[in-house]
Amino acid sequence: MSSRDAVLGRVRAALADVPAVPAAEDVAIDWEYGQRPAGAADDTLGLFVERVEDYRAEVSWVTPAEVAARIADALGDHEVTSAVVPSGAPQDWRDAIAARGIRVLTDEPVLSHAELDGTGAVVTASRVGIAETGTIVLDHGPDQGRRALSLVPDLHVCVIRAEQVVADVPEAVARLRPSIDARQPLTWISGPSATSDIELSRVEGVHGPRTLRVLLVDG
Amino acid sequence: MSAVRRTPAPPPGDLQDMPKFPKNAAKELRNTQLRKNLRHATTTIREKRANVVAELPHWEQLRRAGEAIKNRTLRHLDDYLLQLEESLTRNGAIVHWASDAAEANQIVIDVARAKGADEVVKVKSMATQEIDLNEALEAAGIAAWETDLAELIVQLGHDRPSHILVPAIHRNRSEVREIFTEEMGRYGTPPPDGLTDDPAMLAGAARVHLREKFLRAKVAVSGANFAVADSGTLVVVESEGNGRMCLTLPETLISIVGIEKTVPTFDDLEVFLQLLPRSSTAERMNPYTSMWSGVREGDGPQEVHVVLLDNGRTKVLADEVGRQALRCIRCSACLNICPVYERVGGHAYGSVYPGPIGAILTPQLRGTASAVDASLPFASSLCGACYEVCPVRINIPEVLVHLRNQVVESHGPSVEGTIMKAGGWVMGDGRRLALVQKGSELAGRVLPGEVIGPLPGPAAGWTGARDLPKPPTQTFRDWWVAEHQGGRDE
Repeated sequence: MSSRDAVLGRVRAALADVPAVPAAEDVAIDWEYGQRPAGAADDTLGLFVERVEDYRAEVSWVTPAEVAARIADALGDHEVTSAVVPSGAPQDWRDAIAARGIRVLTDEPVLSHAELDGTGAVVTASRVGIAETGTIVLDHGPDQGRRALSLVPDLHVCVIRAEQVVADVPEAVARLRPSIDARQPLTWISGPSATSDIELSRVEGVHGPRTLRVLLVDG
Repeated sequence: MSAVRRTPAPPPGDLQDMPKFPKNAAKELRNTQLRKNLRHATTTIREKRANVVAELPHWEQLRRAGEAIKNRTLRHLDDYLLQLEESLTRNGAIVHWASDAAEANQIVIDVARAKGADEVVKVKSMATQEIDLNEALEAAGIAAWETDLAELIVQLGHDRPSHILVPAIHRNRSEVREIFTEEMGRYGTPPPDGLTDDPAMLAGAARVHLREKFLRAKVAVSGANFAVADSGTLVVVESEGNGRMCLTLPETLISIVGIEKTVPTFDDLEVFLQLLPRSSTAERMNPYTSMWSGVREGDGPQEVHVVLLDNGRTKVLADEVGRQALRCIRCSACLNICPVYERVGGHAYGSVYPGPIGAILTPQLRGTASAVDASLPFASSLCGACYEVCPVRINIPEVLVHLRNQVVESHGPSVEGTIMKAGGWVMGDGRRLALVQKGSELAGRVLPGEVIGPLPGPAAGWTGARDLPKPPTQTFRDWWVAEHQGGRDE
């Protein structure tokens, strides 16, 4: 007998007491998906900024016209000499960064692990923001790049548009369903890399980017 | 075993061969440094958890939803496992099934060898701890590097994990500094000169030490917090980014997934991604959560294996009371709240699953043949705090009592059982009770002093740690008759 048949056989034997009805009829789930609890904040964007800052990430409100320049400013603040920008991101981001004298890489051809490790920063767009938890979700579309890009460099400058920010986790899960159906990977980011492994006290900065800069585009 | 080890050796001996819990507990209780470290850590996290849980007005509703989703999955697990297998396969993953630890370990060894890898990087995973994967790989000449900071501290310290979430919770910062200074250089990039016990500097040393391993590794091994049946998506919830490194950089990824990690749909994650971070690290959200659906062309590992692991889970599933333990999402809230765990720590439980959840999960997974396993259902005061904090409402006290009964029944008649049976016979008849009460009245007159201290023989276990009040010299029946002679009033 294969291990598969053995395991499935044992599962079925263990469940001899369970009636042969569809799972949903057997166990009802008392929960309305996407329902926002009473008392949720009205000021979604304000809450988003507050909660992202709670993780000690820096958030700036920017207008659509100034995005590219503010990206270059952020990179300049941290004195990086190179930044990777995914090929699907707006061309004016790359132009503004290059104009600041910072070397721009596009991951085309694909950067090696070592090249990525030697790159100072990454600039990405994002897919969804969650106010209640201060989370940004990437679905690694063309303006965000493959997963390694937003992981290996030590500074992540992340651009999110106001209309991408939702109130809570259920709303975010609903918005992410198309990405999951398209089999895209998701990365949920809540502040910079951190650990609580030494005496359960939070320390920012272990393996992922130690600095997260968020530009919230509104207007 | 190979002549020269590749990775630091863990302490000798098998966890299951440890003495029974009270003996281990007595030893750990004498370790004052351990008790201090644990009290500090658990007090901190308890307070933080209470704060973030209070932020969600519908927490109770969420717990009930989490409970219901897990119950639905477990009660129809065969259907959901088949759906999961189909979705994963459609997404380009290679699905394996493993009946036990040995089969799971062999699958990992075979894949690593096929890739020509003599080392793997690991995401923190309870399932791989449970099957002792690292030692199986070591015996096959493959080095397994733990990359979670706490797991690294444990591995370099030739130590064992003592907590589900923070395996090195029993170590303080100066002990971590000593371990890094002593051991890190033997297995890769050494720590910087002048390493202090500042947690940020210690974390920085781990970053440099492990980056070399992340960049060169060809094969990674992970577990999964959730396996989504409808989309064929695996989920890893973490903090440091070591998980993302392992899940993204190597060419081949092997994930060991307990069959109970299945959830029916992607939408169900909205419940668990609210419950888990607040219950475990006491954050609104953990820093990083990775979700991947098989192979993504041009992004991450191009060969993805998933091992669906039984290893005793179907035994747990067969117990109608005990199966609720399989709802566990490994948050550790029950450990952090438990007065027993806080004092004795995780090592006394003789299992990779310590604390209240370990006390019900381990004896069900492994059976109660060994001394430590048979003692685990008794490693609790039944205070019920674990049930109150459990995000999926596992009634741990109920299962503990259920398992205690099983242990007692399987070990033949006990003194306590005999006394209880005799008590039942006496109380079943008023005349028998009256007769026995006269006897205890006599004992009350004869025995000296106010209390009964330690007794010899079979009663020693009960009376050794507590004083019993002496029986009264008058029974309630006699008092009632004396008080009420000659009518109710006056």
